[in-house]
Amino acid sequence: MTELYALAVVALMFSLLLGLVRVLRGPEEGDRMLAVQLIGTAGVGVLMLLSRVLGQPALLDVALLLALLAAVAAVAFTAQPREDGDA
Amino acid sequence: MSPLSLTLFDILLLVSIVVLAWTALTSADERRSVILFMAFGLVVALAWGRLLAPDVALAEAAIGAGLSGALLLAALRELPSAVTASGDGRRSHALRHYATQGTVSVLSVALAGMLAWILTAHFEGPARDELARAVTSHLELSGVSNPVTAVLLNFRGYDTLLELAVLLAAVLGILTLGPGRAAYRPSGPIFDALTRWLTPLLLVTAGYLLWVGAHAPGGAFQAGATLAAAGIVLRLAGSEWIGLPRDGAVLRLVMAAGVGVFLVVGVSLLVLGRPFLGYPPAWAGALILLIESAATLAIAATLVLAFIGGRLPTEADRKGDAVTAPAAGAGANPDPSDDGEPRPC
Amino acid sequence: MPDVLSAVLIIMGIAFYLAGSVGLLRLPDLYSRLHALTKADNLGLGLLTAGLALQSPDLFTVAKLLLIWVAILAASATSAHLIARHARRRETRPCPR
Repeated sequence: MTELYALAVVALMFSLLLGLVRVLRGPEEGDRMLAVQLIGTAGVGVLMLLSRVLGQPALLDVALLLALLAAVAAVAFTAQPREDGDA
Repeated sequence: MSPLSLTLFDILLLVSIVVLAWTALTSADERRSVILFMAFGLVVALAWGRLLAPDVALAEAAIGAGLSGALLLAALRELPSAVTASGDGRRSHALRHYATQGTVSVLSVALAGMLAWILTAHFEGPARDELARAVTSHLELSGVSNPVTAVLLNFRGYDTLLELAVLLAAVLGILTLGPGRAAYRPSGPIFDALTRWLTPLLLVTAGYLLWVGAHAPGGAFQAGATLAAAGIVLRLAGSEWIGLPRDGAVLRLVMAAGVGVFLVVGVSLLVLGRPFLGYPPAWAGALILLIESAATLAIAATLVLAFIGGRLPTEADRKGDAVTAPAAGAGANPDPSDDGEPRPC
Repeated sequence: MPDVLSAVLIIMGIAFYLAGSVGLLRLPDLYSRLHALTKADNLGLGLLTAGLALQSPDLFTVAKLLLIWVAILAASATSAHLIARHARRRETRPCPR
């Protein structure tokens, strides 16, 4: 079982690297943000597996934090400040 | 995990980190740099997990992956657009540019070489873990069972007190910047729906991290960063005061409480005849929790204030604005093209 | 038996992850890439979570794993909406003469 976890972790890292290509290439800003979401989801998967493989249940807490903050990045990018004339 | 797959994982992780760091620093577009920096924070959190340092991984996930992206983006808004280089003096500018680059490169290579030498010299001898053994042998005296918390809040509590004082100095600096940035426009019903459950969940997670720090990875810094993330989420959703106390004095009291509670505990122990910050072992756990709670609030307030970019607007500022801005309808006033259609030409 | 089921779930999860990432690289447009990300990757994470949940020692870990998955689902859906809306707003339409 541990071997399967190890293979899965490596496969997820490959997935993360593919996302990296998109972050660097993606012509639009949206492509880069999209790739950051992918890196985040792959990272959460890696942490879940690592918490079993390395025997560190605290890594699940790290995964939880990453999951909760995943949306904050996208919002920070698209939020627009209020200008004069708004309420 | 077999050594081969572990090595492969390490190599992939290293490649990602180096590539992200390089491109984040050398990118021409600043927003691209910030996005790459956020991705960098994510991958470094993974690296901390791989290095069996979950406390640092928690802090990196909260601060590096979440907060610093939002902070940098908020700061980017303030920068004026790129100033075009003037024609005259261009040659002297280029020379200075190259001289700076050369100096920094030499210093960086020297620093990297020194670090590499230190690390490899450490690997040659037998493993030296006197400090780790000293910590574990005295762990039951510290009042907590997580060695990281024991070191931070008990054995090296003085260092943490000074770190909190540095944060307080940062808060004072931010407060001198004047009123903070304008609040954000509400982002629409979908983000509001997310905020509605994300904020309570972040608050509960912050409390959980603070509580669990006594016996598992967690603690005041991680909890404070998570609490700050909740404040930033509310701020991005369009709220202006994000639930902070409106009375300036109370707010300042909360921000000073991190250092304040620490000092009060230390001095009281002095008065009682013990050394400064020398907790009696029976009370150590409770005292540590008290100090960490105050520190969590102070850290969260500092980070949120950094995001706002100044002090929260008071009634006086608002009266000043009301004169200049025309009175608009109350409540959400979304962008006219908020249905997502491309802007008209 | 639970081991075999977990293994199958994890393998399927990884397959969906890789499919999503390949889609991210190969699809022509931002909007279609958003589909690849939010559908394939989150399903992959769900299958991975299910496989790991079957192997978990206690109920608290299972609850945490499920919470992580649900949080990612909601965050991905919201982010996809925000990213798409942001990109759409930045599109310029050529002015008719």
